[in-house]
Amino acid sequence: MRQFELTHHQIFKSSNLQIKDMNLTLKIWRQKDAASKGGIQTYPLGGIEADMSFLEMLDVLNQELIDKGEEPVVFDHDCREGICGTCSLQINGEPHGPDRGITTCQLHMRAFKDGDTITIEPFRAKAFPVIKDLVVDRTSFERIQQAGGYISVNTSGNTQDANSIPIPKDQADAAFYAATCIGCGACVAACKNASAMLFTSAKVSQMALLPQGEVEADRRVLAMVEQMDKEGFGNCTNTGACEIECPKGISLENIARMNREYMRASVK
Amino acid sequence: MAKSALLKSSLAKKYWMAFTGLFLCLFLVGHLAGNLQLLASGEGARDQFNEYALFMTSNPAVRILSIVTFASILFHVIDGIIITINNRKARPKGYVSFKPSTNSKWSSRNMGVLGTIILAFIVIHLINFWGEMKFGEWETRDESNIEAVHVMENGVAVVEMEEQDQTSNLIYTTESGAEVKDLYTITIKTFQDPEWGLIWAIIYLIAMIAIGFHLYHGFGSGFQSLGINHPKYNTFVRRVGVGFAIIVPLLFAIIPFYIYFVLDKI
Amino acid sequence: MGVLDSKVPQGPLAEKWVNHKNKINLVNPANKRNIDVIIVGTGLAGGSAAATLAELGYNVKTFCYQDSPRRAHSIAAQGGINAAKNYQGDGDSDFRLFYDTVKGGDYRSRESNVYRLAEVSGNIIDQCVAQGVPFAREYGGLLDNRSFGGVLVSRTFYAKGQTGQQLLLGCYSAMNRQINRGKIKSYTRHEMLDVVLVGGKARGIIARDLVTGEIERHSAHAVVIASGGYGNVFFLSTNAMGSNVTAAWKVHKKGAYFANPCFTQIHPTCIPVSGEHQSKLTLMSESLRNDGRIWVPKKLEDAKAIREGKLKPTELAEEDRDYYLERRYPAFGNLVPRDVASRAAKERCDAGFGVNKTGEAVYLDFSAAFMRYGREAVSTQKIDNASEEDIRELGKAVVEAKYGNLFQMYEKIVDENPYVTPMKIYPAVHYTMGGLWVDYNLQTTVPGLYAAGEANFSDHGANRLGASALMQGLADGYFVLPYTMGDYLANDISTGKIPTDSPEFEEAEKNIRGQLERFINTKGTKSVDYFHKRLGKIMWDKVGMSRNATGLKEAISEIKALRGEFWKEVRVPGTINEMNPELEKAGRVADFLELGELFAKDALHREESCGGHFREEFQTEEGEALRDDENFMYVAAWEYTGEPADAVLHKEELKYENIEVKTRSYK
Repeated sequence: MRQFELTHHQIFKSSNLQIKDMNLTLKIWRQKDAASKGGIQTYPLGGIEADMSFLEMLDVLNQELIDKGEEPVVFDHDCREGICGTCSLQINGEPHGPDRGITTCQLHMRAFKDGDTITIEPFRAKAFPVIKDLVVDRTSFERIQQAGGYISVNTSGNTQDANSIPIPKDQADAAFYAATCIGCGACVAACKNASAMLFTSAKVSQMALLPQGEVEADRRVLAMVEQMDKEGFGNCTNTGACEIECPKGISLENIARMNREYMRASVK
Repeated sequence: MAKSALLKSSLAKKYWMAFTGLFLCLFLVGHLAGNLQLLASGEGARDQFNEYALFMTSNPAVRILSIVTFASILFHVIDGIIITINNRKARPKGYVSFKPSTNSKWSSRNMGVLGTIILAFIVIHLINFWGEMKFGEWETRDESNIEAVHVMENGVAVVEMEEQDQTSNLIYTTESGAEVKDLYTITIKTFQDPEWGLIWAIIYLIAMIAIGFHLYHGFGSGFQSLGINHPKYNTFVRRVGVGFAIIVPLLFAIIPFYIYFVLDKI
Repeated sequence: MGVLDSKVPQGPLAEKWVNHKNKINLVNPANKRNIDVIIVGTGLAGGSAAATLAELGYNVKTFCYQDSPRRAHSIAAQGGINAAKNYQGDGDSDFRLFYDTVKGGDYRSRESNVYRLAEVSGNIIDQCVAQGVPFAREYGGLLDNRSFGGVLVSRTFYAKGQTGQQLLLGCYSAMNRQINRGKIKSYTRHEMLDVVLVGGKARGIIARDLVTGEIERHSAHAVVIASGGYGNVFFLSTNAMGSNVTAAWKVHKKGAYFANPCFTQIHPTCIPVSGEHQSKLTLMSESLRNDGRIWVPKKLEDAKAIREGKLKPTELAEEDRDYYLERRYPAFGNLVPRDVASRAAKERCDAGFGVNKTGEAVYLDFSAAFMRYGREAVSTQKIDNASEEDIRELGKAVVEAKYGNLFQMYEKIVDENPYVTPMKIYPAVHYTMGGLWVDYNLQTTVPGLYAAGEANFSDHGANRLGASALMQGLADGYFVLPYTMGDYLANDISTGKIPTDSPEFEEAEKNIRGQLERFINTKGTKSVDYFHKRLGKIMWDKVGMSRNATGLKEAISEIKALRGEFWKEVRVPGTINEMNPELEKAGRVADFLELGELFAKDALHREESCGGHFREEFQTEEGEALRDDENFMYVAAWEYTGEPADAVLHKEELKYENIEVKTRSYK
C-alpha cells in the first residue's frame, strides 16, 4: 500500500516547496553526563519551516544527527502544549526563548529569521545541576513542595461538603492564579541570582489564600523556605525578571505575600 | 526554628536589607533638610547651620539616631555583601548567552555596584566632614586660614571671630558659649576651594547619581521585601519611589554646585 | 480461566458498593506497615491511589518517567470534572450521572462500576476542595458549574481551562505529604519495563533509571498500573510525547487481559496537522462548539481554490457553504457528541472538501456568533444606529471574553487571526477507552495486579463523555483501590518482605536487559521515530475514525511486517548505561507495534459500530453507527498467547438491569 512506498525523505522532509525554508546556525550546550565538563557545539541546520515548533526544529536536528551516526541532543519535553512544565531551555539568553507567556514547546520558528544563530543552553543554577546536554535536575523544586506544600487532610470520603466553606471569588481566583505555576524553573533560570522565590511563593500563596490552607500556613511557609535555602537557590533581589519570563505570568505579588507570611510565622 | 529563621534565612536577610534601607531613606530626608540650609546666604546662615550641626551632634536622641544610622549603613553593607556572595554561589556556572536586559532594569541588577560606589562616597564624605569635625586638628593659623578669616570677616559679620584664639580658626562659639568647630565654614570652604571645589562637586554629583539609581530600585524593592505589595497601592509606592529617587539626590547634588558657582565666596 | 469473573457484588445497584465495602477484608493498621505497594504512573489515578494508600499506612513506591509526579499527562485536561452534586438544583443525581455515562458510552460499559463512579463523584469534589484545589467560584463564594456535551444538567466543576493541572497538583500535594512522612518513595525519571510474577501473583517490577540507565528490581505485595492510555500508537495524538503503553502491554504479556483495545476517542476540535514535521497535536476545548459553526465549501472547485490559496474562506458566499453538521443533525447541530462530529469531518474531507494544504481540515467559524452577540450588546447597551461593523466588533469582544485564551493559543500555533479568518480544525486521537481488563475491584486477571484510570478498560464503554476522565481517575485512586486492595492484601500480612533475588526477578531482569541490548546492537539504518510515524500512519488510515474489514486486515499484516522490519532495521544510538531517550522510545515503539496489531484485530472482530468504533460495513442508510446488541454487547478481553495475532478472545457479557438499552440518535 501507499505508505509502504513512502521513502525516508517523504516521511521526514516536507514536500511543500512553496514555503521558503530557513537555514540556521545552532550553538548547543553538549555535556555527556553530570560529571563531564561540557561545551558549546555548533550545528548548521537547514530546511526549517516557520510553522515548526522550536522542539520540532530540534527533532529535525536529532534526526540528522542519528542519520549521521552521531548522538542526538538530549532535552526535556513531554506534553508539548505548554502545561506540563517539562521543557526548559535557555534560548538566546532567555528561558523559553524570546516570546512572552509561553513555554519552549509553544515557541514557533516564525520567531526567528533565515540565517539566525540560536544559542541553546540548559537552565543554570547550583540547585539545577545538568544531567545531560540540555537536561537539568529540578528535583530541588520537588523537595521544597515535599517540605510543606500541602494541606494535611486524609482521604476519607467523609470530608465536609465542598460548599460548606464559602470562599470569596477574588480570593479563590488569586489562589488559582498562584496555582497556575507549572514548576518549569524559568524563574530560577532568568534570575540573576538563581532564586526560587517566585516558584516557592506561588506554592505558598496558593494554599495561604484558601481557608483550608490557612490552618497550617505558618508551619508550611517556614518549612518550605528552609528547604529552599537548603537547596542552594540565590536570594531574591526583586529584579522582577522571573515575573516577565514566567510562561504563566505568576505575579511578584506572591513573593510579597510569602515575605509577609514568613515574617508573621517567624515572629510568632 | 522561628528564632533562627529571623536571622539566618534568606528572607530574613531581605527584611534587614529592606528595613535598614528604608530607614536610611528617612535619614536621607533628614540629612537633606539640614543640608538645604547651606543654600541660605546672608548673615544668619552660618549661625543657623552651625547651631543645627551642634544640635545634631549633642542632642542625646539625635546621637542615638546617628548611631542607629551608622549601624544601619554597616548592616546594610554587610548584609548586602553576604547576599551578593550567596547569589554568586547560586549559579556557579554562568550562561554563554544571557540577556537580562530584556526582563529587568539595569539598576535592579547592579545594586551591589551602586552600593559600592555609595559606600566609597560615604567614606570620602565622612573624611571630608565628619572626620574633620571629629578628628581634625583645631587648626593653627596658616596662609589659607588667614585668608579665610579675612573673607569671613568681610563677608559675614562674626563678632566672635575677633575674640578668638590666635592659633585656631574655624571655631564657632555657640549661643551657650561653647566652642565647636565651624562646620559651615568647613563645608563652604571645601566646595569653594578654587582647585578642588569643582572636583568635589562633580564627585558628589556622581555619588548622587549612584544613590539615585540605588533608590530607584531600592525604595520599591524595600516595600516588596517587607511584603508590602497590593495592586491598589503599588502604583502609588512606585511613583513615590521614583520621585524620591530623583528629587532627593538632585537636591543633594545641587548644593555643592550652588556653593561653588552661586554662593558668596568666604 | 475461560470465564471472566467480574466479581460484581449482589444486591440492588445503589447498594452494591456500600455492601461490598462492608463485607471485604481489612488490614490492621500495624500490619499495613509490613505491606509494600508499587504504583506505576502518577497521574490522577496513580497519584491519588499512592497518597491514599500511604495515608492508610502501606509503604508505597511510585514510579513515573517524568522528572516529577506532577507532570503526568492528567495535567493537560482542560474542561472539568463531573460530579453529581446537584448544587445547581437542576435535577442531577447519582443515577442521572450513571445513566448519562452508560448511554454516552454506547452501552458497552459495566453498570455496577459506572454506578459506583457516580456514587463517589461527590466525594471527589469534597476531597479536592479540602486539599486546596482552587475550583472556579461564584460571587457568593460557592462552587461554580458549567455544562458539557451530551448531558442535560450542569455538573462540571472546573478551574478555568486547566482543571487537570489543578486536580493533579492537589493530588500531588497529598503525595508530598506522604513523601515527607517517608510513606511514599517517589521514583522519578524511572520507567517500568516489566512486572514480576512470583507464584502467579504480581510481586514486583523491573524498572530502568532513566538518568543512569541502571536496571532496578523493586518488590511489593501488589502492583498498580496507572500508566494512562495508548493514544500514541497513532504517533500523532493529543497525548504527551512520552505517553506509552509499555507498562500495560508488559503486564498483558504476563497474563493480564487487554479489553476493548479498539475503543478510541477521536476529539473533533484539534488544531490540524501543519506538515510532516508535526510531532504532536493540540486540543481546543470542546466548549468552542457552543458558538462556532462548522462548515466546508459546497463546491469541490471552491475547496480546491482555498487549498491552493487562491480563495479566502471569508470570500465564499453563505449559499456556497455546507454547514454539514447542521444539515445532517438538525436537532443537535454543531453540538453532536465527539465521535459523531469527528466522523462527519472526516467524511467531508475524504470527499475532497478539506480546506488546508493537506486537505484535512474544516472550518470552525465564529462570524455568526460575532453578529449574534453583537446585536445583543447593541440592545443591552442601548446603542443607536450601530453599523454592521460596530455590531461585529461588539460581538468579537463578547467572544473574546468567553474564549480569548483559546483564540490566543490558536493564533500562537497557527499564526492566523481567528477573529478574522475562521479557525481550521480536524479530529485527533485523544483518549483510549480500552485498556487492561479489571474486575469490580479493579484487579486484572493477574492476582495482586491492579489497573486504574485510563490504563484500565474503564467505565466509559465505547465512548467517553467530556469531563469524565478526571472523575474516573480520582474515583479509582481515592475511593476504590484503597478499599479493594485491602481485601487482597489482608492475605499477605504474614508474607513478609518479598525478596528481589528470586529466580523470577533474575529472569525478568535478564529478559529486559536482553531486549535493551538488542536495540543497541541492531545498529540498523532507521530511527525509532521513522517506525513510529509509519505505524501511526497505518493506524490512522486504516484503524482510525472509520474502519472496514479490508483495511483492518491490511493493517494487521502491515503492522506485523513493520514490526519485523523494526527489529532488523532500527538504529538506537548511545548505550544502555546512560540517559538515552532514543532507547526509551525504542522500547515504547516496540510495544506499540504489538499493541497496534491487537487493536486492529479487535476492531476487525467487532462487527458493529458503537461509540468510538465505526465500521463502514455497519451503518444505517444515513451513515449513522449501527450497533449490534444481539451479538456484541460484551467486553472483548484478549489473552496474550505469544503473538498479538494469536490472542484469545474472552467475553464478559454486559447486562443492563437498570437501564433500557436504546439507540443513540442526534437527528
